[in-house]
Amino acid sequence: MPKIKINREKCKACYLCIAHCPKGLIVIDSELNKMGVKPVKFQKKKDVDCIGCAFCALVCPDCGIEVFK
Amino acid sequence: MKKNKQKFFSRPESMYDRLTHYCPGCGHGIIHRLICEAVDELKIREKVIAIAPVGCAVLAYDYWDFDCIEAAHGRALAVATGIKRVRPENIVFTYQGDGDLAAIGTAETIHTANRGENLTVIFVNNAVYGMTGGQMAPTTLLGQKTATTPRGRDNKNEGFPLKISEMLAILDGVKYVERVSVSSPQEIIKAKKAVKQAFQNQVDGLGFSLVEVLSSCPTYWGMKPKQAMDWIKEVMAKRFPLGRLK
Repeated sequence: MPKIKINREKCKACYLCIAHCPKGLIVIDSELNKMGVKPVKFQKKKDVDCIGCAFCALVCPDCGIEVFK
Repeated sequence: MKKNKQKFFSRPESMYDRLTHYCPGCGHGIIHRLICEAVDELKIREKVIAIAPVGCAVLAYDYWDFDCIEAAHGRALAVATGIKRVRPENIVFTYQGDGDLAAIGTAETIHTANRGENLTVIFVNNAVYGMTGGQMAPTTLLGQKTATTPRGRDNKNEGFPLKISEMLAILDGVKYVERVSVSSPQEIIKAKKAVKQAFQNQVDGLGFSLVEVLSSCPTYWGMKPKQAMDWIKEVMAKRFPLGRLK
């Protein structure tokens, strides 16, 4: 199963990845990061897996997402 | 048995692992990455010399792990011409915004293109002056509100948006002109292809190549990042049609 790794200290909270994830697996974290913004986090859902399309990583302006397959 | 997962997508090698100074949702970060990916894939990192502009991307050399030079405002292509003529074995490219390439540097741009210098130009068009506080740029759309056109750009007073790519495409010295955008993953993949092609043209010695990238400026457009990306797709790409012009 593909997997993504989000660097929460690099996230500037533009949330473009949330808008482009076809499976809706990225959500806003409730805790702040060092910059004082709420970063994104990967959240598992029942019966919905990450498909490794890398759309989130493609649209991330800060290279904060790595995709593993 | 558990198989180790392979890295499928990560930061390109020629990009430093640093936090950029750009606003959240700014297109510059994406375009920086596309350039680094193209440089890595063509294996030209040791030969590349980048010319940074004046504008938001003035600190681009902090993020690229290859040789960079900072040029005076609008003079990036004049500096690039000098470097390329002295060191023809190097791959020289400029990274310029609309204020740098289309306003103060229009003369340099047109004459460098007309001479057909073997250079690559990445032209980032976000229709506004980002660094100085959101004033009107030559590429600002009609009706678009900026700090200096609070009632929207009116062609009676401020003229029409300058279509640099169309202007350059008719010149004999120009080899390749393409307009792309970073509004969605699909468009980003197309943009990557265009950027790589522009570098490949220089490696092959074909001549002047320009890629215009429609980028977003959520801060001075007064929009959320996603809304700004949609605005590129729905409004900006209509006035600046995407695709290969030459």
